[in-house]
Amino acid sequence: MAQLDKTFPTMDCSICILAPKMIECYRHPNITIHTQSEVVGLDGAVGDFNIKVLEHPRSVDSKKCTGCGLCSEKCPVKKPSAFQAGLGQRKAIYLAFPQAVPLIATIDRDACLWFTKGVCKTCEKVCSAKAVDYEQKENVIELNVSSVIAATGFEQYNPKDIGEYGYGRYKNVLTALEFERLVCASGPTGGVLNRPSDGKVSHNIAFIQCVGSRTQTTGYPYCSASCCMYATKEAVLIKEHEPNSHVTIFYMDLRTFGKGFQGFVDRAQSHWGVKYIRGRPGEIRENPTTKDLTILYENTEVGKVEKMVVDLVVLCTAAVPHRDNRKLGGVLGVKLDEFGFFEDKDMLSAPVESSKPGVYFCGSCHGPRDIPESVAEASATAAKASEDAVRWEVKQ
Amino acid sequence: MAPRIGVFVCRCGTNIGAYVDVPKVVEYATTLPGVAYAEENMYTCSSDGLNKINEAIKKHSLERVVVASCTPRTHEPLFQATCEEAGVNKYLFEMANIRDQCSWVHMKEPEKATEKAKDLVRMAVAKAALLEPGDEPEIDVNPSTLVIGGGVAGMRAALSLAEQGFTVTIVEKQKQLGGMLRTFDTLFPFNQKASDVLDPLVKQVTSNPRIRVLTGSKLSSVYGFIGNFDIGVDTAGQEEKFNVGTIIVAVGADALEPKGLYHYGEDPRIVTQVQLEGFVKAGRVDAKRIVMIQCAGARIEERPYCSRICCNEALKNALNVAALGKEVYVLYRDLQTYGIHYSKLEQETKRKGVRFLKYQAEKPPRVTPEDDGLHINFYSPTVNEEMALKADLLVLSTPLIPVSDAKELSQMLKVPLDSNGFFMEAHVKLRPIDFATDGIFVCGTAHSPKDIGESVAQALGVASRASIPMAKKRVRTAAIMSQVDQTRCSGCGTCIDVCPYNALRKNEKGLAETIAAVCKGCGVCGATCPEKAITMHHFTDEQIQAQGLAALEED
Repeated sequence: MAQLDKTFPTMDCSICILAPKMIECYRHPNITIHTQSEVVGLDGAVGDFNIKVLEHPRSVDSKKCTGCGLCSEKCPVKKPSAFQAGLGQRKAIYLAFPQAVPLIATIDRDACLWFTKGVCKTCEKVCSAKAVDYEQKENVIELNVSSVIAATGFEQYNPKDIGEYGYGRYKNVLTALEFERLVCASGPTGGVLNRPSDGKVSHNIAFIQCVGSRTQTTGYPYCSASCCMYATKEAVLIKEHEPNSHVTIFYMDLRTFGKGFQGFVDRAQSHWGVKYIRGRPGEIRENPTTKDLTILYENTEVGKVEKMVVDLVVLCTAAVPHRDNRKLGGVLGVKLDEFGFFEDKDMLSAPVESSKPGVYFCGSCHGPRDIPESVAEASATAAKASEDAVRWEVKQ
Repeated sequence: MAPRIGVFVCRCGTNIGAYVDVPKVVEYATTLPGVAYAEENMYTCSSDGLNKINEAIKKHSLERVVVASCTPRTHEPLFQATCEEAGVNKYLFEMANIRDQCSWVHMKEPEKATEKAKDLVRMAVAKAALLEPGDEPEIDVNPSTLVIGGGVAGMRAALSLAEQGFTVTIVEKQKQLGGMLRTFDTLFPFNQKASDVLDPLVKQVTSNPRIRVLTGSKLSSVYGFIGNFDIGVDTAGQEEKFNVGTIIVAVGADALEPKGLYHYGEDPRIVTQVQLEGFVKAGRVDAKRIVMIQCAGARIEERPYCSRICCNEALKNALNVAALGKEVYVLYRDLQTYGIHYSKLEQETKRKGVRFLKYQAEKPPRVTPEDDGLHINFYSPTVNEEMALKADLLVLSTPLIPVSDAKELSQMLKVPLDSNGFFMEAHVKLRPIDFATDGIFVCGTAHSPKDIGESVAQALGVASRASIPMAKKRVRTAAIMSQVDQTRCSGCGTCIDVCPYNALRKNEKGLAETIAAVCKGCGVCGATCPEKAITMHHFTDEQIQAQGLAALEED
């Protein structure tokens, strides 16, 4: 959510509603946050789980680092920034993003010159807090808890395998997450819609829905539930930034099933002039000189294949299970569905429970869903965990 | 002596910094009366920025803090908490919104944006100088909950709260528990019997010693505030009063009766999905060919929302009648088979031979009942031509609509409805199941159409939300409230009439007084009072006047 610019259907600034929540968590006396950490062991049962948490080394002492960012500024190594969805760069020692909680630098050991070549140590020299610690080791912590909540989220399908859309070959074909960074004021272009090939401000942009989803060929035949709405949001953002631009959304079914969704799409059409065309484009071709893109699609209203030339194409890709689900599922001893999402005990009667008592799911780790649903589910898991804690207390 | 004011101007990365000349605003702030310290931050809300506020308060002995950044709606509590940590009362904090009101709206004119930012900072500083510390009243919370509505959502919320040790009263207007679930035979997407979900749930609820169930009952009055609501319930003319700490609205929704749509009500061959389900259950579906029309009365001007569940309900019924050897056509606009399970349901329905035909909102199907069948004509955008179908049975998929007494209930509870008449949450994302009024929560289809699993998730969610103040046993309420000057009040009662929260009452002398725990600090009473007897703490006349005068000053 930190990577998103705005959120549908209210257009709240994403980081502005997220950052206070993260800090509230961080400061809460009953909450301890372990970052750069993963759960690697679990035994016991509901009411009395013993958990092993593996803390990966940051190579920075979290108690000393003030998050000033000087180390990052002076570090000579540049790497693509995951936070900027690869559109921007970060250093080998870096802060994940400015509002990150906790705001502590991390060394990417695969990129750092000290770890790879045994030279440099610039960060150590410039750090006035003496927080850099190249010797830091991984650490295993043991916790005893009465219940476990998995809220590990999802990933986006990488559309490089869909050759006909040219992602990875055509610079001006982006994924929706990349576009979020492009349109965001804290993104690499400061929110100006400079397209990657030549920096030209894009005025003609098309979205393609259901990329990699609702098709048997990729193995993700399901609907990803939020793409129709985030595409609409991104389309409206383009119109806000560049009112004279043309925005087209190619869709299969317009899924406006959530609260306020239909009204949002209606406004995108009537007020902002976003154009919706039903159909899945067959192919994108790149003009080798201008790098403009030609979309070939079937116009069902006239029954023939038509072409549309645009500056930029945004692919709205399938929400897919997190790659670590299988491993984590194994540790927690819970079932996965055929795609790799965590499987609910009972979708209707036990929508946040796993097959194992005391282990719960919320958010997109058990299937694609939007933010309000994830937040409501988060409270639901809190209720289940509270029930467990009360039962445990009574037993003591 | 004038208090020492600190000003923190946020760049918000480039969000503000690229348009407003932040160093200039900081420099300007230092020239303002009372300002002892000013600085800029890349992100004032980051933990680094908050530490800097904390340090500056201590280092420069600041007594008032002004942050010029984004909106108080999202960030004020965070900055206030930081002030408190550094020993400055949270009501001695003031915010200037130079993002929304300067950099965003004056993106193309950075100089004017900077000038306006200076104006807003000057105004905030002028007000900050006059701020007074506030004490938040602490109130006891009765560890019991009223759940309005005994459907699946209300029952699940009640059970979870009971499990957590709280007592619950469910008020259900029907004669029995169950709500809308009672109208269904089977449930999508797995076609399991509704009774398999409902019956054990009712048994659990009615046998739980911490849950009291009042059926055939109606809420008649609600007074009070979080922790201490006085409830009146009417059961067959008998009025009962009791007190609870929290309230959950789980009143569900109604199904639209499609009167006047597609000749519904004029021909027995035209029915709703619920009626079709009744035929399936009774084993008499007297039709060879069945046509379903989706969005009957939904996603239209009069009722612009999508009702979320109707497509999946139709698919479930389509599968069930297809299994009886019927030919089924579904006329739809956009199929709402979202997520994993409904995608599977769609695929299964297509495999079983149910045919899907798209129609357009602007050209809805035309139905002509004839003796030989129901003639259905529509324009297909897929093949770009008019199509005709003849059906033996036409099934309308109608949306869920707000319950008929939603408005009455919303007025009694002083909670809002959205433009479609469903109950409106405090914040779509941050507080999706809270009301803005403390201690009152919403779940299930009262909030918006949703399936059973989603209703249950929200029900458990509100059980958690409601448990928080009850587990803490005491809550603090905001000190931003009105206060009536008893020497000036004439007892006219105007403030009592205009207060949207029932937060004022007449005392034994016939004069108005504020119920601190109920007051939300909206200020309507203060603005209305003809005697100027009402002070709005944190928004006093002096403070607002100072702000206004500062706005008119030249710099």
